[in-house]
Amino acid sequence: MQVPILKQGGYLIASIQDALTDDDLAHLQTALVRQVRQFRSRGVIIDVTALDVMDSFASRTLRHIAYMTRLLGAQTVIVGIQPDIAFSMVQLGLTLEGIETALDLEEGLMCLARQGRYNRDR
Amino acid sequence: MTDEVRVPINADSDVVSARRQGRTLAEPLGFSSSELTFIATAISEVARNIVRYAGQGTILLRCVREGDKRGLLIVACDHGPGIADVVQAMQDGYSTSDSLGMGLPGARRLMDAFDIVSEVGKGTRVSMRKWAR
Repeated sequence: MQVPILKQGGYLIASIQDALTDDDLAHLQTALVRQVRQFRSRGVIIDVTALDVMDSFASRTLRHIAYMTRLLGAQTVIVGIQPDIAFSMVQLGLTLEGIETALDLEEGLMCLARQGRYNRDR
Repeated sequence: MTDEVRVPINADSDVVSARRQGRTLAEPLGFSSSELTFIATAISEVARNIVRYAGQGTILLRCVREGDKRGLLIVACDHGPGIADVVQAMQDGYSTSDSLGMGLPGARRLMDAFDIVSEVGKGTRVSMRKWAR
C-alpha cells in the first residue's frame, strides 16, 4: 500500500493509512526524499496514527527519513504515535533519538512553524 | 473456534499478515491493548527474520492454557542458514544484515518466555509465549 503524500505550502504531509510492509516503508523513504528536493520543502510530517506496529525496521526507516531530509534542509516531524505503540517501542529499545515528534498533525504543523520562525529570526 | 493458525512466510506482505492474525487470535484471550501490540510487534520481528535470512518458513500461532492462565504461543520456524552464534544474535545492536540488530532481543523483551534453537545449515526455531494478565 502506497502512502499518499500531500503538498501543503512548504511542507509535505505523508499520512500512513494502514499497516505497511517493509517495501512500502522503503518506497515512502524514496518518495519523500525525492519530493523534498523537487518541491524545495522546508518541512515533512509523517502521520503514523494508523500504523499497527512500530518495529525495528519501521523505526529505523523513519529515523533514516528524518536524517536524509535534514541533510536536504527540511525538518521531519513524526506525529500520531499511539500510547500502545510508544509502550512497545520503549520496551523494544526504540527511542527515535534526535527526531522531532508531536501528538498529532495540528501539533506537528505548529512545531514546523515554530522551527521556521526560529530559522528566519536567526 | 479456531485456536491455532499456521501462517506461511514467503514474502514481505506475509509479515503483516502474520502479525494481524496473531493479534486477532490473541484478542479474545484477555490481553490488554498494549499487550496485543507487544504480541504483534514481536511476531513482526521474527517473521521479518524469516524473510530476510531464510527466504521462507512458517509461523505457528496457538492459544495455550496452563491452569487458569491463558496465553498465546508463537513458533517461528525456517530451514534457512541458521545462526552461528545465538548468544551474540541475542545481544542488542548485533546484526549480520542491514537492520538495527534489535529484532530478536527486542522480541524477547516484549514476551514472557522466549526460546531460540538454531543449527547452521539446518534452520532456526524461535518459540515465544505471552500470558494474559
